[in-house]
Amino acid sequence: MTERSWHHAYLALQLLAIDPVHLGGAVIRMRAQPARDAVLAAYEATVPMRKIPLNITDEQLFGGVDLAATLAAGHVVRGQGLFAEPNGAILPMAERCPPDLAAKLAQLMDQSLIKGLLAIDEGIEAAEAVPDSLFDRIAFCIAPEGRMPADWTVLAQDPSGPKVPNKQAIQQLSELAARFGIASLRAPLFALQAARAHALLYGRAHLTAPDIEIAATLVYPQRATQLPEAEEEQGSDDAAHQEPDQTQNETKERTMLDTDMLIDAVRTLLPAGMIERLGRSKTAHAAKGNGAGRKTRSNRRGRPLPSRPGKLGGGARIDLIGTLRAAAPWQPIRRKTQPGRKELIIRPSDIRVRRYHQHSDRLLIFSVDASGSAAMARLGEAKGAIEMLLADAYASRDHVALISFRGTKADTLLNPTRSLVQTKRQLAGLPGGGGTPLAAGLQSAMQLAAQSQSHGMTPTIIVLTDGRANVALDGTPGRGAATQDATAIAQAIRAQGTDALIIDTGNRPEPALRDLSGTLAGTYIALPRADAARVSAAVGAAVRA
Amino acid sequence: MTPPFPFSAIVGQEDMKLAMILTAIDPGIGGVLVFGDRGTGKSTAVRALAALLPPITAVDGCPVNAATAAECPEWAGIKTDATSQRPTPVVDLPLGVTEDRVVGALDIERALTRGEKTFEPGLLARANRGYLYIDEVNLLEDHIVDLLLDVAQSGENVVEREGLSIRHAARFVLVGSGNPEEGELRPQLLDRFGLSVEVRSPQDVAQRIEVIRRRDAYERRPEQFVNRHANKDAAIREMIVQAREALDDIQSNDEILIDCAELCLALGSDGLRGELTLLRAARALAASEGASAITRAHLRRVAPLALSHRLRRDPLDEAGSATRVSRTVETVLA
Repeated sequence: MTERSWHHAYLALQLLAIDPVHLGGAVIRMRAQPARDAVLAAYEATVPMRKIPLNITDEQLFGGVDLAATLAAGHVVRGQGLFAEPNGAILPMAERCPPDLAAKLAQLMDQSLIKGLLAIDEGIEAAEAVPDSLFDRIAFCIAPEGRMPADWTVLAQDPSGPKVPNKQAIQQLSELAARFGIASLRAPLFALQAARAHALLYGRAHLTAPDIEIAATLVYPQRATQLPEAEEEQGSDDAAHQEPDQTQNETKERTMLDTDMLIDAVRTLLPAGMIERLGRSKTAHAAKGNGAGRKTRSNRRGRPLPSRPGKLGGGARIDLIGTLRAAAPWQPIRRKTQPGRKELIIRPSDIRVRRYHQHSDRLLIFSVDASGSAAMARLGEAKGAIEMLLADAYASRDHVALISFRGTKADTLLNPTRSLVQTKRQLAGLPGGGGTPLAAGLQSAMQLAAQSQSHGMTPTIIVLTDGRANVALDGTPGRGAATQDATAIAQAIRAQGTDALIIDTGNRPEPALRDLSGTLAGTYIALPRADAARVSAAVGAAVRA
Repeated sequence: MTPPFPFSAIVGQEDMKLAMILTAIDPGIGGVLVFGDRGTGKSTAVRALAALLPPITAVDGCPVNAATAAECPEWAGIKTDATSQRPTPVVDLPLGVTEDRVVGALDIERALTRGEKTFEPGLLARANRGYLYIDEVNLLEDHIVDLLLDVAQSGENVVEREGLSIRHAARFVLVGSGNPEEGELRPQLLDRFGLSVEVRSPQDVAQRIEVIRRRDAYERRPEQFVNRHANKDAAIREMIVQAREALDDIQSNDEILIDCAELCLALGSDGLRGELTLLRAARALAASEGASAITRAHLRRVAPLALSHRLRRDPLDEAGSATRVSRTVETVLA
């Protein structure tokens, strides 16, 4: 298995070198190590490979006026973009690629100006990955496992097999993609091109069954979102669909066999952990999709305002372009007064400094008590309240997160998000029952709050519970230790400066909770039999007061 | 440069194609918002449509594609009134675009080299009388969205910066695409799009195979493939041109207006833009079919396109907006 993954990696690179335009490129998911250098070295590009730093500017990417050269030369010097000529590209740290750069690269790829993109992905967790807009335009994902075998760059013999007509290849690959739940239609196209490249690699002008199998195993496994249903009557359906002018019966039989063989071939190569994720197939997709978009939103450095005349120093940043713009119109006049000077004459009055208008997003962290008998109802109402808050989240710029605590620990059910669609997917089924580890719930909320604060958001913790803490942080039952822990965490939250709100959903207000809200320096609201609408209204009123 | 994929060769995605053709017939409808999965031919359709549309006549060298010399902005300094044909502009608005690039700014190059204060037009100027295409519109920075909202509404781009005070026409059809899982759009921007379409990758295997087959044929021999579909594309172009002429003569009687209003009331859509768009879209559809008046059938066809993004979102309703619109259409127009 591991050796095979290396041979596949080499094969993918060979195919990419043959047809970089149609195959898009390859994601190389490996940490920095000698083996990765070997993989990169194995790619023999026919065009120069340009490295794209993540902070590349539009001028570098697309070309534009080269300001420095223009100033030096005294006449306009236009810089050529990296991809004025079709070039290959290497994108290091691709898992950190911001969505806007991904969109621009995707644009260049669509115009065939990037001939083969090697996206080097050092992501560790599944969520850290190449942005979807790029991944969708790239045929291969290379993630070889284990030790690099010495003979990994040796190509196998030309795998012989029956010839497959073009039409049949298209049909087979499309069906296969559909059965693995691959929605994007780029995938079967890639597989088809990969099969053709594979045929070319062995100097053949026609496709054979092994070409198709190898292409499918190289392109599909990383994209699969479902396992094909086991023994569907797909085969016989196909036979019925097949046009009667398909001459030989043998061909037909072979095709049907192939489809099952292909499925098995792809299935064995599904990435580790895939099967478990498929169990929660609804969330699997969402977990892949979020990532980058959310981060940039929360990392917003503020909305740029027009720069202003000002003095440098005191933390002010110069707006170089603004300064040059201000100075430029005066140059002919200034030169007349100072004939000796040839360079740009900038006066202090030209200096422009940058200004930003900062506004951070609010993050509402719901920490919901999922213990005891009323758990399901309370979680349901919390979920309803969250969805209602999200429905008008644009106006108020609220992000929402959900933590539930029950039994002995707290779980983060929903990471900070503004997406109603994602929320609905992730909150589909929530478990309930068990003790009340209030301290654990508070602790998780506190950690999330600290994290979001460092991302530039303003967190507020909202605790929904109806009872006293009865499970301590270490998971042992007992009121005393549990209350002590909860109080300690509450003090920490207060020290951290995070706003907090406790909503008591019990039939009778619980004094211990009121005390806790005192420790938190937060608000206490008693809402017996709270429903979604009332909770969302109460939260809205409290946080916007 | 390979020719774009022919519009008539796009398989399925009827709603998307219809919405785009309607805005081509009547740009006043607003824009099209295409939300859905990746790799479903969103960008392909926009580029294909632009190639399909009849060329526009514009003054030579005019940065805003003005039709007559009188409409050319003064700052452009166009002396000629000779006109020439140019293809309908389709301008891509990349995600990380700066405000300067969008609205235009002081031409640094000329300022530095010649000491002249001149305006360098931005993307909005180039998109005038054409299409402004924003891929991943839901990930666009807020301050750019605000800019676009204002310009899309007024049809005029006003630049007040760096001592420049300039305005020029910026009437364009806004086409946005995106994937709702990565973030949603503010209702204010949603409302600015005339029509919205939800695309899914085709679920039918035969259809998928046909897509791959055509795309493959196109990639192997683009010229041949485009030629083969040239006639069909020309037929659509002809239909659009004729529909544009017929547009003013389409009758809309009071009953249809009442239907529009009742539909919007029943759906609780905010503002009156819903009714107006519904009417305009229905009229464009009638024109495209060569009908002389709008009928209920036209309303039925365009209602999901024109209204589904204008509903107050009910977070507790699991059904999609399009389904809700269809349901309401069935009861109101029963």
